[in-house]
Amino acid sequence: MEILAHRIPEVLPAAMSVAGCRHHFPLLRQWVNGKPLVYLDNAATSQKPQVVIDAMMRYYESENSNIHRGVHTLSEKATQAYESVRGKVAHFLNAASEREIIFVRGTTEAINLVAFSYGRKALGPGDEVLISALEHHSNIVPWQIACEERGAKLRVVPMDDRGELIQEEYAKLLTSRTKLVALTHVSNALGTVNPVREMIAEAHRHGIPVLIDGAQGVPHMPVDVRALDADFYAFSAHKMFGPTGVGILYGKAELLESMPPYQGGGDMIKSVTFEKTTYSDLPHKFEAGTPNIGGGIGLGAAIDYLNALDMKAVMAHEHDLLVYATEQLGGIEAVRIIGTAPRKAGVISFVMEGIHPHDIGTILDAEGIAIRTGHHCAQPVMQRYGLPATARVSFAFYNTKEEVDALVKGLHRVKEVLG
Amino acid sequence: MSAVNELYQEVILDHNRSPRNCRPMPDATKSVEGFNPLCGDHYTVHVKMRENVLADVSFEGAGCAISKASASVMSSEVKGKTKEEAERLFRDFHDLVTGKVDADEGFERYGRLAAFAGVSEFPARVKCASLAWHTLHAALTSDDPRVTTE
Ligand SMILES: Cc1ncc(COP(=O)(O)O)c(C=O)c1O
Repeated sequence: MEILAHRIPEVLPAAMSVAGCRHHFPLLRQWVNGKPLVYLDNAATSQKPQVVIDAMMRYYESENSNIHRGVHTLSEKATQAYESVRGKVAHFLNAASEREIIFVRGTTEAINLVAFSYGRKALGPGDEVLISALEHHSNIVPWQIACEERGAKLRVVPMDDRGELIQEEYAKLLTSRTKLVALTHVSNALGTVNPVREMIAEAHRHGIPVLIDGAQGVPHMPVDVRALDADFYAFSAHKMFGPTGVGILYGKAELLESMPPYQGGGDMIKSVTFEKTTYSDLPHKFEAGTPNIGGGIGLGAAIDYLNALDMKAVMAHEHDLLVYATEQLGGIEAVRIIGTAPRKAGVISFVMEGIHPHDIGTILDAEGIAIRTGHHCAQPVMQRYGLPATARVSFAFYNTKEEVDALVKGLHRVKEVLG
Repeated sequence: MSAVNELYQEVILDHNRSPRNCRPMPDATKSVEGFNPLCGDHYTVHVKMRENVLADVSFEGAGCAISKASASVMSSEVKGKTKEEAERLFRDFHDLVTGKVDADEGFERYGRLAAFAGVSEFPARVKCASLAWHTLHAALTSDDPRVTTE
């Protein structure tokens, strides 16, 4: 019964307090290398609350079956459970319809889907795709491949030294050749929050659709795709307290309808003969093959969990952590913070004079502190600062000021070992 | 001693702070670039062969303390050795950092390389420690001007 005491009730109370939520995450109770775990690598992946783990276990224990295919009871149960998540996602993003919600493997697959389906149709020689200097490799490489294939060009909105996109340059780069803009909502490497609403409006003035990479957006702020007027919005479940292997592409129905399928196979067809295949309607047209059903159900539970949180309190708490950690790290001689945009999410990239980030990561790990070191799948951002790598801490709402204090102590230990 | 202190031994800290043979070599007979794409560590190893002997060895580049100290110690250890001796040291080093050497036997016979025995406790760092050695190995055995750890 010890364990059950930690589980939160099936029906989540409205607006759980942030401080009370940490114990919903069983993994955070762990000790690592003889120290209580301080998990500060949430931008890579977040931890999962017990309700998400339970929902997936329940599915495999009592509902597992293939969907959309059987008349038997289990298949109907599984289909119903899986499809109900589509409705939850639509509601979570304030999409106009469930038809606009496509299940994918994650942000990476969502962007590839748009690059190869929309890109193939819309791009021709001399056309341009506009991305930004802050993008993750997954919002660069698919566009490079699509552009190369179609004889189109990739253009990049530059950023300033603080890690903010330069809006005057953005406005200049939007031309009649631009066929799509693809921008990150929040930079995973620096934490910069882009003014995506304004940037989408600017692109729309030229009639250009916009894809938003929301991988680092949804875990940290409420997202309303209609208020943003995003044409596509992509995210991964695993960064928002759900499981790996599942994510969402939101797309406006009229755009999705105009696009050719991305992959062919079962589930995405109405009828197949060797001469001709007619495709399913949205959203199934883009969902070939057996999907990650268990993962989808986990995503549904993660959304229920997020809905039960007071997002205003979450944002306030993460902002407090950011401000506190920025002050504390700034107080350590030798630490230099990379990325100082005025609007930032809970991400701090930093370097230490004369000490390589990799060594910082190893020494902190020995203190039970998990951070990310390296290029964060954003090599162009690193190149912009002339750095091969940074150390990065990234917060979720379950982190605490005490953990920031442990980090600061850990960094003093780094100096002591390598000084 | 804690595992971290085992890893960052005085020899490693010293070679990290003041790396030996860290310089260009205009008259090198072979130069190879070694690259770890995961963490961005990047070194060029220069070798000047005279007959079968590594008459001079140097390196340039940047990376973490482990990779830099390793490049520095390597350059000092293999200088003046024959190609076969250098290759044997590479195998010894590899055994050391991958934990294939029984600690009970002691590391004395490995000389200065013994400082890297602590790396075996940190699997994520083995590539850092061996980058320069792999690069030297490529310089001695292949025509490839570039190697990566992946
Ligand atoms: C901003 C951003 N975009 C895209 C991705 C890729 O997400 P995934 O690996 O889940 O497809 C990440 C995750 O690292 C990210 O931080």
